[in-house]
Amino acid sequence: MLQALYENIEQTVAVILFGIGFVILLLQRNLIRKIIGLNIMSTATYLFLASMGYIHGRKAPIVVDGVTQAIHYINPVPTGLVLTGIVVSVSFTGMMLALTVRLYRRYRTLDIDQIALMARQEEVE
Amino acid sequence: MSLAHNFPFFTILLCLLAGVVTSVLKPRAAKYLTLLVSLVVLVLSAATLVLTLRLESSYSFMMGHFPAPWGNEIRIGRLEALMATGFSAVLFITLVAGLYHMPMFVSQKKFSLYCIMVDLALASVLVMLYTNDLFTAYVFIEIITIASCALVIVRQNGHTLVAATRYLIMNLLASGLVLLGIAMLYGITGHLLMEPLQEAVREIYQTGNYAQPLTVVIALITVGLAIKSALFPFHAWAPDTYAFGPPMSSAILSGIISKAYIFLLIKFFYRVIGFDIIRQSHIDDFLFYCGVAGMIMGSVMAISQRDIRRMVAYSSVAQIGYVYMGLGMASMAGVAAALFQMLAHSAAKSLLFLSTHELVSVSGNHKRFHSLHGAGYRNVAAGIVFTVSAMSMVGIPFTGGFIAKLYLASAAIPLGGGMRVLVLVALAVSTLLNAVYFLHTVVSIYRRPAEDVLYPPAHHIPRYVVAALFVSMLMTVYLGIGSGPIMRVIESGLKMFA
Repeated sequence: MLQALYENIEQTVAVILFGIGFVILLLQRNLIRKIIGLNIMSTATYLFLASMGYIHGRKAPIVVDGVTQAIHYINPVPTGLVLTGIVVSVSFTGMMLALTVRLYRRYRTLDIDQIALMARQEEVE
Repeated sequence: MSLAHNFPFFTILLCLLAGVVTSVLKPRAAKYLTLLVSLVVLVLSAATLVLTLRLESSYSFMMGHFPAPWGNEIRIGRLEALMATGFSAVLFITLVAGLYHMPMFVSQKKFSLYCIMVDLALASVLVMLYTNDLFTAYVFIEIITIASCALVIVRQNGHTLVAATRYLIMNLLASGLVLLGIAMLYGITGHLLMEPLQEAVREIYQTGNYAQPLTVVIALITVGLAIKSALFPFHAWAPDTYAFGPPMSSAILSGIISKAYIFLLIKFFYRVIGFDIIRQSHIDDFLFYCGVAGMIMGSVMAISQRDIRRMVAYSSVAQIGYVYMGLGMASMAGVAAALFQMLAHSAAKSLLFLSTHELVSVSGNHKRFHSLHGAGYRNVAAGIVFTVSAMSMVGIPFTGGFIAKLYLASAAIPLGGGMRVLVLVALAVSTLLNAVYFLHTVVSIYRRPAEDVLYPPAHHIPRYVVAALFVSMLMTVYLGIGSGPIMRVIESGLKMFA
């Protein structure tokens, strides 16, 4: 078990980081910390993907010096997936930051629980 | 390959193009373009349905000129076409009936942006129905998340902002789970396209290697999609989002977008993993029990609401429970019943949100039940539409909801003893609970109002809105009377699907 975890050290670290990010996004009350958690979580997934596509001793799939056999290069698909994933997480970070700015302007705090409480009081009045 | 084979691709491209073009249009033009696009998508989807009814099996469509592992692929069968037709019909009617009151919620300047989000949401729903590639599905899950969040936050008040933030956070967590699941699945199989994936998964299953990672993958993706479609223990984001967003956005979110996730999950079960392996992993039992719990708890929470829109929102949680219960039976009949319930709920729920808005707005925008007294007289059309769609939710005969419950019950008969009893009891109890809160609402909108209360003068509702609401109401009734052909399409479609 430990041996297997050690052999796949990148994936192990990636899953642990994913867990950390997930918990921060879920449980932290501060919105900025939540956003940081989101980024840790998605970066962990990229590490997972990228380490899967890497084959030891091979090069990035860019043709130089006329070498075209696939055997010399690493698997390019996960790298492509990581690029797509980065675009997605950038746009989500932007969206979350925009929401955070709006909430902060309105309530002058970043604590989501306090904000929810204030929003509820608004309705009662 | 005839021209008609290209229609699904056209519908997707059309929505995306409309999204791009709308960004430079004036609000009025944007509105008409969005309406036109959803109508064209409806017509093309109906044509695809007719085409697939003539074909013996589903067909794959190559996107661009690269064959499958390099290029992208969509796959079209009866089931996909039926769902696309149903959803685009619901969207078109929602737009016709809902767009006129959007100026109450969106400023004129931002109206075009709202229309873009509608276009993108429709495009993503279509892609999620048709796609044959797991990663494409992921990308469009993200697009639809952004689009639906934007649909909610156009309404500028504190409650809506908080609800939208919660919605986004829960959806991000779910997206993370789905992405990790897909990455792991790619890691153990080396494929993203559904056919080779299924072969590889079967091989893995037979050899017994990677049994645990496979279970983890199934769990991650299932839970991710369950959070996104508001299955019971993960539903916390749903009621506020549906209740505080603009009514049209709630109708789209609850009626169409949450169903698209479920359809993707069904696709994942059938086409990627295979139903026999799903049964072995017992994730179907998990969905079954969550569904049953959702049916009961959603209704119980709906009863305790004093705000009519929150009540309607909680009833969504209960109705999604029915879908998951059918799915959790893990039989052909159960899944077919779940798909029928998706269509029936989609048609009735969008109506319910829109007519609720009409009833509330003739009662001085008060959402509490006692201020709704007599609303059914002040706006006769909305009263009738609300009553019929509430009847469908409860499951009164001659409506879609009744037939869905009938199919769910008959799908439960071949199951083993305990599960069968549980399904029948849960159906009976939840019908009773539904009746309690919906009939109570119907009675209260037809109650005579207190005489000293002054209501604002009824605003004029355009005729076409009333017409759209009635057409949609007829759809709900048609699902209840003419369900035979639709069910046959669903069943034959499911056979093609696997």
